Amino acid sequence: MATQHSRSAARLMMAPAVILLLGWMLVPLIMTLLFSFKKYLPLRGGDLGWVGFENYVRFVTSSAFWPSVLATLAIVGGVLIITVVFGVLLAILLNQPMWGRGIVRILVIAPFFVMPTVSALVWKNMFMDPVNGLFAHLWTAFGAAPVEWLSQASLQSIVMIVSWQWLPFATLILLTAIQSLDSEQLEAAEMDGAPPIKRFAYITLPHLGRAITVVVLIQTIFLLGIFAEIFVTTQGSFGTRTLTYLIYQRVLESQNVGLGSAGGVYAIILANIIAIFLMRMVGKNLDA
Amino acid sequence: MARSVTTQRKIINTAVAWTVGLLIFFPILWTILTSFKTEATAIADPPVFLAFDWTLENYATVLERSDYMRFLWNSVIIAGGSTLLGIIIAVPAAWSMAFVPGPRTKDILLWMLSTKMLPAVGVLYPIYLIFIKLGLLDTRTGLVLVLMLMNLPIIVWMLYTYFREIPVEILEAARMDGAGLKEEILYVLTPMAIPGIASTLLLNFILAWNEAFWTLNLTAAKAAPLTAFIASYSSPEGLFYAKLSAASTMAIAPILILGWFSQKQLVSGLTFGAVK
Repeated sequence: MATQHSRSAARLMMAPAVILLLGWMLVPLIMTLLFSFKKYLPLRGGDLGWVGFENYVRFVTSSAFWPSVLATLAIVGGVLIITVVFGVLLAILLNQPMWGRGIVRILVIAPFFVMPTVSALVWKNMFMDPVNGLFAHLWTAFGAAPVEWLSQASLQSIVMIVSWQWLPFATLILLTAIQSLDSEQLEAAEMDGAPPIKRFAYITLPHLGRAITVVVLIQTIFLLGIFAEIFVTTQGSFGTRTLTYLIYQRVLESQNVGLGSAGGVYAIILANIIAIFLMRMVGKNLDA
Repeated sequence: MARSVTTQRKIINTAVAWTVGLLIFFPILWTILTSFKTEATAIADPPVFLAFDWTLENYATVLERSDYMRFLWNSVIIAGGSTLLGIIIAVPAAWSMAFVPGPRTKDILLWMLSTKMLPAVGVLYPIYLIFIKLGLLDTRTGLVLVLMLMNLPIIVWMLYTYFREIPVEILEAARMDGAGLKEEILYVLTPMAIPGIASTLLLNFILAWNEAFWTLNLTAAKAAPLTAFIASYSSPEGLFYAKLSAASTMAIAPILILGWFSQKQLVSGLTFGAVK
């Protein structure tokens, strides 16, 4: 149907977007790769030549590396578990008949639209502050000693803040998926005497499988890169230095670009492994 | 077969859902309430919920800070500029992919999405260096460019899915009537595509407004948007809760309102069509 003429016109129209994205991807990527093989200290001598894989080895053998991997896993894993479990429950709840469902939906979705620096600061000061925070007031009201959330339970606090931000996303996607569930199937199961737990386990949950996978993949990619939430709360102290934050500190704070770039390459590889799975699912849907 | 739901069950559902909804919304509500308190009431123990002397003085104080309007303006320019520029570049690309698909269209689309998966921190220093070399550090132009490139895959993707829903028959009819490529785009496609373009605009404006990696790392005093302004409140400990709340409320209110309009697009836009 498309003529040769419109084909070449189409290619021309695609060109700006493709070229820009190609540049945006390749130029920094190649620079990061090059830097990662160099001793490069902008404030202490600049480019000090090639060092082979030294940065790669030093990055993973530094004492900060494994704690940062553990912090990353704890935050990503914690947030994923909380958002998926509560997301499924909330989606089921919001799918029930009730009054004012539209308003409840708005209330639940709202945190997603709050900018990360605002939510981090609001939680940090107004809820988690050990002197003036709402939690401190609540704890003392029950006669307990206030908790210094961001130092004594730093990882849990960050997980809590980030989960609050991402729960709406998970809920919204799972709700969309649950609404496409054939209600007759559930009704038939109910008439056959299947209890709610069984209906959930054998009908609802399998139906949500795909949506849950998508939520997990997309959130993982975004969660691996969380920055502002740590930047304005703990600055990476008290065991909250994630891989992303460690790389940021190496590159911009201690200006060890070679070392930071090697870390960056690790982060890119990690993100790509997850992205491959996501891309496969997206690709399948494109054919349909 | 419609099943009649007992009123009792509906009441329970409503009660549970509203409780959970309000609980989730509470931090936002609390921030808005605190923004109308005096600093002393804001940290009062036990906390005061509604029975306090409502005041607008925090808003006045924040607005009087000579620089607040500049941060706000920077946010508007950066989020708006990057979104508009992205749309201008993405519309032709998405159009051609949707209506003149070639054998590689799918691959190109997926590749574009994959650039979105690149962790920002992995390319932080190169971008930083390029910005210094080109004099883009702490400029709005620089951030407009970076945020545009960051969101371009999502913009192309969203437009593509909208364009694909436009029936090809209409285009064929237009061609039969002698419409050229230009007329086709201008008079047939554009009017039909406006709703899709508008939703894309909305969602990407929100994403750009809230972006907090590049905006924090590539700006200092001059081009910093509201994300950075709010982050600057993190240093002085406590005692400024009411002002922090007023500044926060002003930073999130417009987006909360826009966000409520974009609920539907959020799912398709952020899952790249993997969930329908």
